[in-house]
Amino acid sequence: MANLKTSEKKTKAQSMGLHTEVLTGKTQQKFFNPDEAENFYYWGTYDVDFNKRTDLDVKNLDCKEANRKIDDLMSQGYGTIVIKNPQGKHSLGVGILNKLNLIFEGSLGYFGVGSIDGPTVRINGRVGWSCAENMMAGKVVIEKNAGSCFGAAIRGGDLICKGSVGARTGIDQKGGTIIIGGDAGAFTGFMMQRGRIIILGDVGINLGDSMYDGTIYVGGKIGSFGSDAVESPMTKSDMDWLKRKLKVAEIGENFDMSKMTKVVAGKKLWNYDALEPTEKKGAI
Amino acid sequence: MCGIAGLIHRGKSSNVGSELQQMLQALKHRGPDSTGYALYAENDGKNFIMRFKVGENVGEGSTSVNEDASVYDERKKLVDHMLKELGANIVKDEKLTPYSYRYEMQFDKDLMEFSKKIESINGVEILSIGKSLELIKDLGDAAAVSERYGLGDVKGTHAIGHARMATESGVDIKSAHPFWGYPFSDVSVVHNGQLTNYWNNRRVLENKGMRFMSECDSELIAVYLAEKMRNGATLEEGMKDSLTGLDGVFTYFVATKDSLGMAKDTMAAKPLVLYESDDLVAMGSEEIAIRSILPQEIDTYDPFDGEVKVWRI
Repeated sequence: MANLKTSEKKTKAQSMGLHTEVLTGKTQQKFFNPDEAENFYYWGTYDVDFNKRTDLDVKNLDCKEANRKIDDLMSQGYGTIVIKNPQGKHSLGVGILNKLNLIFEGSLGYFGVGSIDGPTVRINGRVGWSCAENMMAGKVVIEKNAGSCFGAAIRGGDLICKGSVGARTGIDQKGGTIIIGGDAGAFTGFMMQRGRIIILGDVGINLGDSMYDGTIYVGGKIGSFGSDAVESPMTKSDMDWLKRKLKVAEIGENFDMSKMTKVVAGKKLWNYDALEPTEKKGAI
Repeated sequence: MCGIAGLIHRGKSSNVGSELQQMLQALKHRGPDSTGYALYAENDGKNFIMRFKVGENVGEGSTSVNEDASVYDERKKLVDHMLKELGANIVKDEKLTPYSYRYEMQFDKDLMEFSKKIESINGVEILSIGKSLELIKDLGDAAAVSERYGLGDVKGTHAIGHARMATESGVDIKSAHPFWGYPFSDVSVVHNGQLTNYWNNRRVLENKGMRFMSECDSELIAVYLAEKMRNGATLEEGMKDSLTGLDGVFTYFVATKDSLGMAKDTMAAKPLVLYESDDLVAMGSEEIAIRSILPQEIDTYDPFDGEVKVWRI
C-alpha cells in the first residue's frame, strides 16, 4: 500500500521547485532547479569590466561613504577602481565579493579590505591592524609594512606584504597563503588551523604557538618556537611550491629555499589526545 | 581602549600644542572621557612651572563629588601659605579654571619634600613641576581641553598626549593621563593598556616612599620609572627594565626635558604606529593621528614586541 502522506509532501515540494528526499539520519538534500535561477544569486556581486577604469578620491569621505561609492562604481560595471588619498582611514574596501582590480594610492588604517571574496587589491602604502581579516579568496599586495593581526582568520587567497608585519600575523588562519618579504613580530601563526605562512626575514618569539595545523616557512632567525610548534624537514615539493608561490607573488623569487625553516604543529595538544581520529578533523 | 600620541621635533621648535591637539582629536573615538597634554614648551628655563588642581571638574560625565567653589579658594590660600613657608617665590600665578592653576616660581630645594608638603593639603594635587613641562588634563575631547586652557599657540620641541576611555578608575582629572614622574621635574608618561601587577608594584613602591595620587594603573608606570631613575638608572634603562617589571599589556610614551621614548610590551598587544625622519618623529595608536599632521604619503611602521626607543631633541 502506498504511503499517501509521503507522496503528498513529495508532490507539494516538487511543485515548489524542490526535490526533497525523505529524511534519513541527519541530512536533507535540496536540489537546485535551473528554472528558478533568477532567485539564486550571490548578494552584493556585480558583473564588472576590468577595462572600465575610474578614480575615487576618498579624502573627504568617511569609510562608510567611501565603501558605498566603491559599491556604486562596481554596480555601474567598473572593474578597475583607483582609490586616491586613503590617508590611513579604517575599514576601507571591505566586504567586496566579486572580481575587481582595486588599487589604493596610499596607506590604510585598521581592518582594510576585510571579508573580501575575489578581488585583486594593490596597496601602494602601509596597512594598519587586521588587514584582510577573514579574506575568502583573491589577492592582496601591500607594497610597504603592515600592522599586527595581518591576515587574521583568512580562509583563502594570497596575502602579500613586501615589508615587515607586526605581531600575531595569521592568527586563527584557516586557509590561503600569507607571504611576508621582511620580518614578522611575536606570535606569528598563533592558533593557525590551516594554510601557509612564508616569512623571508626574521620572526619574533612564540612562532606558531598552539597551532593546530598548517605550515610556516621562515627564511631568517626565529625568536622562539611557541607551544606545540615543531621544526619539520624541508622537502623538494616544499621548495618547488615556495619557488612557484614567490614568483607569483613577485617577491623573493631568488631566495635560497634550502635555508628556510619549516614549522608545523606537533599535534601534542590535549584535544588531539582526547579525541578519536575521526573526530580530530571536526575539532579543527 | 585609549589613544596615545606623541611627537618630537629634532633641532627646532614648532607649534606642538596645535599639532598634538590635531593628533589627539583624530583619536577621539578611542577615548572620549578625558584628554591630557604634556607639552615641552619654549619657556625661559629659569623658573619652575607648577600646575596643580584644588578640585575636580564636576561637569557632564564626571564621577567626582560636587564641591562648593569656596572650598577651592580655601585650598588655594593654603597652597600659597605653604609655598611661602617652603621658601618658594611665586613669580606669576594664573587661575586657569575654578579648580586649576599655573604658577611660575623660583625654588631651589628638594622637590620631593616640596611636593609632599603641598599635597598634604586635602584635595590638592600637583599635576606637574618642570622648567619646560606644561601638563594639562581635563574632561572632554582634545579640542575642548585645548580651547579651555589656550593650548593652540603653545610652541615647543616635543609633546605627548592621551585620549582616555575610563575603565578601571573614575572619569576625573586625577585618573586622567599624562602622569607626572613625581618627584622628577619635566617627566611625564601616557599609557594605553592594562597593568595586571599594579597592586603588587604599588605596595612595594609606596614602601620605598613613592607617592600615588590615583588608583589608575597607568600611574604605576610614571612612579616605577621615577623610582628607577631615583636609584641612578637612565630613562632608557628604566624603560627596558619595565618590560619585565610590569605585567600586562601596554604601549607607553615617556617624555623628559630633552627626550621622548616609547616602550611596547613583549606580546605587542597594544597598537602603535611610528613615523621617523631626520627632523621629526611622530607616533600614535593609529595612523590617522600621524596623518592629521602629515597628510602627504609617508612611510610608517609598527614597532615590534618588547621594543624600547628613545629620541632626543
